[in-house]
Amino acid sequence: MAIRQDNSCTIEAIERIGEDYFRIAFSPRVPFGSRPGQFVMVRVSSGVDPLLRRPFSIHRVTAEGNFEILFRVVGRGTGLLSKMSVGDEVDVLAPLGTGFGEGGVRPLIVGGGIGVAPLLYLAEHYISEGKRPKLLLGGRSDRDLLCHDDFACLAVPSAYSTEDGTLGETGLVTELIKRELEPLDAAQRDEVSVHACGPVPMLAAVARLCVGYGVYCEVSLESHMACGVGACLGCIVKSIDDKNLRVCKDGPVFDATLIEWF
Amino acid sequence: MSEESKTTTTTTPNVDISVELGSLKLKNPLIAASGTFGYAHEFKDQMDPSVYGGISVKGLSLQPRTGNPMPRIVETPSGMLNAIGLENVGVDAFIRHKMGYLRTLDTVIIANFFGNTVEEYGECAAKLDGVEGIGALEMNISCPNVKAGGIAFGTDPVLATEVIKKVKSKSTLPLIVKLSPNVTDIRVMVRAAEQAGADIISLVNTFTGMAVDLDRRRPVLANVTGGLSGPAIKPLALRMVMEAVETATIPVIGLGGIVTSRDALEFLCLGASAVQVGTANFVNPTAALDILTGMKQYLAGLGVEKLSDFIGTFSR
Repeated sequence: MAIRQDNSCTIEAIERIGEDYFRIAFSPRVPFGSRPGQFVMVRVSSGVDPLLRRPFSIHRVTAEGNFEILFRVVGRGTGLLSKMSVGDEVDVLAPLGTGFGEGGVRPLIVGGGIGVAPLLYLAEHYISEGKRPKLLLGGRSDRDLLCHDDFACLAVPSAYSTEDGTLGETGLVTELIKRELEPLDAAQRDEVSVHACGPVPMLAAVARLCVGYGVYCEVSLESHMACGVGACLGCIVKSIDDKNLRVCKDGPVFDATLIEWF
Repeated sequence: MSEESKTTTTTTPNVDISVELGSLKLKNPLIAASGTFGYAHEFKDQMDPSVYGGISVKGLSLQPRTGNPMPRIVETPSGMLNAIGLENVGVDAFIRHKMGYLRTLDTVIIANFFGNTVEEYGECAAKLDGVEGIGALEMNISCPNVKAGGIAFGTDPVLATEVIKKVKSKSTLPLIVKLSPNVTDIRVMVRAAEQAGADIISLVNTFTGMAVDLDRRRPVLANVTGGLSGPAIKPLALRMVMEAVETATIPVIGLGGIVTSRDALEFLCLGASAVQVGTANFVNPTAALDILTGMKQYLAGLGVEKLSDFIGTFSR
């Protein structure tokens, strides 16, 4: 890969989605190609406090080479980002990490809360490859289920679950997965692949479930990290053979059977 | 003067920024600090690692290490704490798998290493000695996790002397001794390192610190404590580098919180013969390039033609 000499991006749009979720569109001065599941490292301050960049998965890309991130305001970094303005210049390292794999003919796209962020790009990609993705989205409450409209525009069939029952099924997203996979025979399950992003307990449960059904599953993990390129070793997860995997470089998307979950 | 060289002169001033630290010659005074630049290939999509005058690789030990449990980094005001725990591929795998790429770079490769015992330090140095492409050794005597003696190697002048002498007896490469700032009087350690045979001293490593998760009333880092780095430590590092320069007769490499060209020049004017850039690599992979450009512009603005004429020009 050639070195991107210029990481500056201009904010094209900032959209507030509900209480504390935001979507920002950037136009990079030097366009780059990316894969669904890859991420970017955004410098949220031009000074040294906060010091570190913040990682965000690529939420969507446009034909013109713009890209979007979707995030929840959880601290100072995301707070600063949410208060930026259209036209602001931001320094963004991109694209980083290893994204989602090819997937089966019928990919099941599974999101928990803000874990939906990389899944819109993934759904668009699978559709462009002639696959028939389905979205299963879970969250605490209807306020935490984002992007229905965007998936609806893509005509992606969807099912929802909320823990408080405000939208879709009451319960966890794993119940939706069971409902999808249970009726399938072995040959049908071979055509299915699961691609999940969300909190770790959810991903662990999804991974276990898929092993039980004999369905391939990959997960996109989140981690604090300093560099995003595999050098700081601050974003390690353990593999089943007790090796260190770097979320930023070896992931963020991993074959779920490689991860030592707990 | 050709058109081409005229253009070069206007964009980047023609200042000689090469430095000599005894027998160690660097094309420029910037060294990537150990632990912040991996084995260099990690950065090759973001920048050309040959921009650096030297690269100190992620600290090596005789056996590979997987490091501490997560979480092992946390951001702090203008800085970060890390408790990686010296995860590394081990010296043998380094020589077999990492040196190939490093040898292709136009920079001085500095093999940073550490051990649990005096003997391990010696064995590690012996393995690195004579490896084609390694220009210098940097021994880390400020390991937070060593068993025998613990951080004592870096805080006890008697132990430091013993381990430095052992390493010197095993290698003919220029030896940089990286000192810990977690001592009452850095001058004692500087004297001990120099008398034991160090060719060069580098300082400072990270300051021991911690972060508290108030809501859980628990440490943030699984290791409880970690090493503080980044701009937050620059004033502390400057003070210690000044004391080291005033004490030592051997060259001193300054580091601690360098982000900008002005930061680097502050250490150099104090008398550091070279500087290391650490945490800034995480924040801005092109930090080295930006610092070099700024440094040349600053020196040209002063009418200084050679960086060596600027080094040590600080006065109280």
